[in-house]
Amino acid sequence: MSYLDNILFVLILAAGFGYFAINVKKLIRNIKLGRNVDRFDNPGERWNNMAMIALGQSKMVRKPVMGILHIIVYVGFILINIELLEIIVDGIAGTHRVFSFMGGFYSFLIGTFELLAFGVIVSVAIFWIRRNIIKLKRFIHSDLKGWPKNDANYILYFETVLMILFLTMNAADGHLQAAGAHHYVQAGSFPISGFISPLFEGMSEGTVILIERAAWWMHIVGILVFMNYLYYSKHLHILLAFPNTYFANLKPKGKFVNLESVTAEVKLMMDPNADPFAAAPPAEEGAVPEKFGASDVQDLNWVQLMNAYTCTECGRCTESCPANITGKKLSPRNIMMKTRDRLEEVGKNIDKNKGTFVDDGKSLLNDYITPEELWACTTCNGCVEACPVNIDPLSIIMDMRRYLVMEQSAAPVELNGMMTNIENNGAPWQYSQMDRLNWKDEA
Amino acid sequence: MTEDNFTVPTMADMMASGQQPEVLFWVGCSGSFDDRAKKITKAFVKILNSAKVPFAVLGTEESCTGDPAKRAGNEFLFQMQAMANIEVLNAYDVKKIVTACPHCFNTIKNEYPELGGTYEVVHHTEFLKSLLDDGRLTIEGGQFKGKKITFHDPCYLGRANNIYEAPRDLMEKLDAELVEMKRSKLNGLCCGAGGAQMFKEPEKGNKDVNVERTEDALETQPDIIAAGCPFCNTMLTDGVKAKNREHDIKVMDVAELIANAKDL
Repeated sequence: MSYLDNILFVLILAAGFGYFAINVKKLIRNIKLGRNVDRFDNPGERWNNMAMIALGQSKMVRKPVMGILHIIVYVGFILINIELLEIIVDGIAGTHRVFSFMGGFYSFLIGTFELLAFGVIVSVAIFWIRRNIIKLKRFIHSDLKGWPKNDANYILYFETVLMILFLTMNAADGHLQAAGAHHYVQAGSFPISGFISPLFEGMSEGTVILIERAAWWMHIVGILVFMNYLYYSKHLHILLAFPNTYFANLKPKGKFVNLESVTAEVKLMMDPNADPFAAAPPAEEGAVPEKFGASDVQDLNWVQLMNAYTCTECGRCTESCPANITGKKLSPRNIMMKTRDRLEEVGKNIDKNKGTFVDDGKSLLNDYITPEELWACTTCNGCVEACPVNIDPLSIIMDMRRYLVMEQSAAPVELNGMMTNIENNGAPWQYSQMDRLNWKDEA
Repeated sequence: MTEDNFTVPTMADMMASGQQPEVLFWVGCSGSFDDRAKKITKAFVKILNSAKVPFAVLGTEESCTGDPAKRAGNEFLFQMQAMANIEVLNAYDVKKIVTACPHCFNTIKNEYPELGGTYEVVHHTEFLKSLLDDGRLTIEGGQFKGKKITFHDPCYLGRANNIYEAPRDLMEKLDAELVEMKRSKLNGLCCGAGGAQMFKEPEKGNKDVNVERTEDALETQPDIIAAGCPFCNTMLTDGVKAKNREHDIKVMDVAELIANAKDL
């Protein structure tokens, strides 16, 4: 009978991690729907980027006040999760504060966690005020209508509740320690929860133990629920920021990818020895000619798909986008959100159809992202530079433009004129190539 | 203009006389055909002439780098242009290229190597900076002494290739007061021309990008808005006109500032 708690704990823990594992597997499968791209070169530079940008938050602090508040929440969450280790051991073994044998160091740890927990609550409150009272433009943007706005607030509430539970648990524990309750060893220091403990004055020992146990259980269950909430929210960035910064593009931002399939054809076209009447080489059995550009998520590469899951919808990209600033429909954040929405839809389609995708008559292009958005981009790389975790919305925009132009010949009419000029006379305007040096003789 | 102080040799001339220039000046479509940009081209040539830099242009053998086609999504047209240009450049055994257009600069520097064209490519502000550092070029304040100048970072020079200091270092020599816009360098706002936008009408919105950017510049209360890109120059010139400030604010390329300061 006395083992009931332990068994219940193990079951809850297994369910929490088990369900999480199922979703992680799904996440990886969906990311792998993307085309291949080699991002395994230069490991040194990649580790360095991850250390600086994800771990060191170097791009977050470009907005210094918010950057520092974000670091408090981030460090708070990482460090307080050390406490999780103790909770798990206690829960399985039926011990209480099993690490308390570390004495002074334990007190230091718990004290630090409490200060951080308090910092997290304050920071999260400021985040909430920015979203809901001050209503910063990028947080009330049309991109976030409906679920994304609620999602952001739920995350803030979750974090606050978890921290309050942690502090309540400590406050009750501290009270019980002082009262000399059986089982409650003298351990830890409670710089913050010490202010909550007086609330328990006059309560019976049994009531306070009930409060302590309730807070303990709700804290661990809350963490497990939050962990499983990640996959359904924008909050995956706490995990994916690391691989995302590792696998991000290392080349100069102005270098757009070269389409090799085009290179082969252009070379053939320009080869004076090529036989124009030669029959095309026999196609391999069942070979599908490579599609130029992207009209759906499977045409994007896996890094672009990981980008979509990593995006936490902060909107720094959209805030720096010249098209969005001037009222155009394009929003780089929305490009990432739509890519993720479509990828989720494709993933669910695969789940439903026993592992294969069945055409649903929809695509990322048109059903999620319109040509009007794509053509508003100035390719300025402002969004790529602004992203705190090196997401590249521009590469998706470019791949979709390529599809529009090379597969559908659907460029805006003025651009067709520009391209015809380049083809005919080697300049985007209608000037003869023979007049290229005329400027030399013009006074 | 006499032959003495304005010479523009072509690669064909050079080859005919058995010479190899130090650097090829890639003029670009804008620098060749656009009336405003041609002035930048000439200013840069005057500086090269005065610093006695042995250079040459391709002249009628030059063709669009393909940048606007690539940014518009037409990889076929881009690669055709690129390969044709690479054939010409390689035939002349070109080693080093300077250009006053950040779009040509970015394309030749970053996108030509994979197609067989590998050269040392520098933007004209970088090249002028190197002339300055080597003592081949001197810049005095002259007419710009005490003037307020704000520099607009071209996207394809700045964010795309991380070049922020060369143009600023040059302008510092003008004894002018350099003022930064609130959005500059890494955070610089685009002028609105990139990504082939130069060649089409903007999508529906509530403002033109060049006007938004011009407002950034006007906030610094400049006498001169400096640019390092012929397209930015056009966009900002139009922006200044839209704000009815063309009578007291000039939009000038860094090369023009230097050429003017030297009374070239």
